[in-house]
Amino acid sequence: MAQVSTARRIEDFRLPSAEALAAYRESILAERDPNRTVIIVCHGTGCIANGSPKVAAALRKAIAGAGLSAQVIPEIKTTGCHGFCSRGPLVILHPSGLFYQKVKENDVEDIVNTTLLEGKPVERLLYTDPHTGEPIPHDYEIPFYKYQQRIVLRNIGKIDPADIRDTLAVGGYQALAKALTTMTPDKVLGAIEAAGLRGRGGAGFLTGRKWRFAVENARKSPGPVYIVGNGDEGDPGAFMDRTLMEGDPHAVLEGMAIGAYALGAHQGYIYVRLEYPLAIKHLNIALEQARSLGLLGENILGTGFNFDIQINRGAGAFVCGEETALIASLEGRVGEPVPRPPYPAEKGLWGRPTIINNVETWGNVPQIIENGANWYARIGVPHSTGTKIFSLVGKVNNVGLVEVPMGITLDRIVNEIGGGVPGRDSFKAVQTGGPSGGCIPYALKDTPVDFDSLTKVGAMMGSGGMIVMDQRDCMVDVARYFLHFLQEESCGKCLPCRMGLKAMLEYMDKFAQGQGSARDIDDLHSLARAIMKGSLCALGGTSPNPVLTTLKYFKDEYLAHVEDHRCPAGVCKDLITYAIDPEICNGCGVCARSCPQGCISGQKKKPHIIDASACIRCGMCMDECPVNAVTVT
Amino acid sequence: MSVTFKALENILEKYPPSSEHLISALQDVQAKFNYLPPEAMTAVCDHFGVPLSRGWAVATFFKSFRLEPRGIHGIKVCLGTACHLKGGARLVEGLERELGVCRGHTTKDQSFDLDTVNCVGACALAPVVVVDENYQPNATHRKLRKMVKDLKKA
Repeated sequence: MAQVSTARRIEDFRLPSAEALAAYRESILAERDPNRTVIIVCHGTGCIANGSPKVAAALRKAIAGAGLSAQVIPEIKTTGCHGFCSRGPLVILHPSGLFYQKVKENDVEDIVNTTLLEGKPVERLLYTDPHTGEPIPHDYEIPFYKYQQRIVLRNIGKIDPADIRDTLAVGGYQALAKALTTMTPDKVLGAIEAAGLRGRGGAGFLTGRKWRFAVENARKSPGPVYIVGNGDEGDPGAFMDRTLMEGDPHAVLEGMAIGAYALGAHQGYIYVRLEYPLAIKHLNIALEQARSLGLLGENILGTGFNFDIQINRGAGAFVCGEETALIASLEGRVGEPVPRPPYPAEKGLWGRPTIINNVETWGNVPQIIENGANWYARIGVPHSTGTKIFSLVGKVNNVGLVEVPMGITLDRIVNEIGGGVPGRDSFKAVQTGGPSGGCIPYALKDTPVDFDSLTKVGAMMGSGGMIVMDQRDCMVDVARYFLHFLQEESCGKCLPCRMGLKAMLEYMDKFAQGQGSARDIDDLHSLARAIMKGSLCALGGTSPNPVLTTLKYFKDEYLAHVEDHRCPAGVCKDLITYAIDPEICNGCGVCARSCPQGCISGQKKKPHIIDASACIRCGMCMDECPVNAVTVT
Repeated sequence: MSVTFKALENILEKYPPSSEHLISALQDVQAKFNYLPPEAMTAVCDHFGVPLSRGWAVATFFKSFRLEPRGIHGIKVCLGTACHLKGGARLVEGLERELGVCRGHTTKDQSFDLDTVNCVGACALAPVVVVDENYQPNATHRKLRKMVKDLKKA
């Protein structure tokens, strides 16, 4: 076994037993020198967009030309997203953990000469603490990483997702081997129950309870059981699932294989969003490699257990995040939900018990099996155990993906990990839970982030979007934005959602134009309650949340729109006026050239003026002004 | 590209004639022809033994399917929450004026499609515009105007 080393040979054999897997892992580790420098170049979607493939290519070229002796030539590894997307492209050197941010092609020479040859850091590429101005050389010291607890994301950024040997080297598939050889299916199920794992896709239902229900139903009516990994991440402002599938696809596959063993399933599906081409590619590579090693397919690790996974590409329907709609789509039908019960755990795909879990939920499963349910249950808080991945975006300094233990306060996520709001002391609101979630005001900044506490303040955990907003964000506009989204995504099957959301949106449009009355606000409120009660599925049932929470916490802003015809944040088009500050304007004329109405005039190098009567408030001048002289009132 | 029997056969032979594969097959057809040509729809529905109405129901329900030929370049403006807060909507309006076409449509000369997308999951780069599968991070009107100009030339 020890001579198996190249990627080519992965295809040549299947691992016949758990011992063979352990021996193969040993052989991979034996070939790797732990002291050898590994240069990691982040290849997540964000860093790729910022040019990381060019950086990796330049590094390869520079290292080949640097005349290093064979023993010290570093390995260059391309990995999934490290989460710190606002600082990309990221380059990290291991084993030291030296962290370089915003690396460009022409920085590569310095990295090779200064760091590799002289052993010193390149100061200008280091991350500097925005509060102290001090450089922080290592990734583990940077607050963004320091306060996180990475369990599901632990391998991302360390492994090459396209090479299963990297996954095996860090202990991949050991939990599967443990489950298959030392645990009964019932014991696996018991561990998931004891860990208190709750679904990461939105509703937060207890995963173990759902599985138990499916197992009992399968016992009553013998036949196949199906499992599904839901990676149809439809929430705007969220990219947890994408990062997991792109960066550590084997974690999802392993979790599903373990779940299949517990549930007695032999066929699984992963439903991936079409907008995530890299995730689909990496999952397919991972599936192929896992199959060729006998970690998926027939007779897995010689235990006689069969399980395989098929990838289905979502076709662009938000409602397919709803279990019954997703099943319809998997069966090749229009993705419309049907009433529950019967729940999919009783009658799902092809009328058989089906377990649908979010891919992040599946990603937690191997960790629970490997480290034990007690270990897992101690992370987080009672009733919300473990960690949760959030995509921290919007008006926050450190935009990116963070994994934190449940129960951490909102304030700590935004300020300690997120580094606060750019140019301001505090945030105005944080929106959690995707389009059906709610806006939590600054006054509730100490709310613990767990399933029950978020629901209590009117928001929800959802799949993990966390959007930070500041004083320049209008709450009426935000609520209207989500409502518009949901109204477009409503499948149209049931009336409360189809017509109700449309009517709600009409109210919101009116408010955004400064029309309507305080009475309308009350009517909107009762309409929202009716939609919540009357809708068929969770899309409709939770759709009024953004409106209800903004009404609850920011009613004065609604009143400013309808009574004073004013948008305090300066967002709603019909209620704002653009002007140029003559003190700041340097007369460069960029605004005048960009204005589609031709309504900006002025002499060269003299302050310009906007003709408000012709202005269509497109915001072009404000976006283009190099000195930020355009103001909104 | 004309719809040839051969091209369709290549796609359909991958799928057993069971209707669960309908959506996947239609996705492959669209990847090949850039849209769903009516004659291809007939062939796909025949292959799976489902009524034509079911094929069209699926094609019109899911957002990713196109029933008309596409332009040469696809411009997708992300309107996810992060992009919305950072002015994504203004970028679409700017492109609509620049290209003289409404979102969801193709320019008269068939050179550009202008679409919006709910989130491409690249929120750190907001606002994002995806042009022919390439992400344009921190997009501005100026960058987009230049990009349109360059693409027109090429």
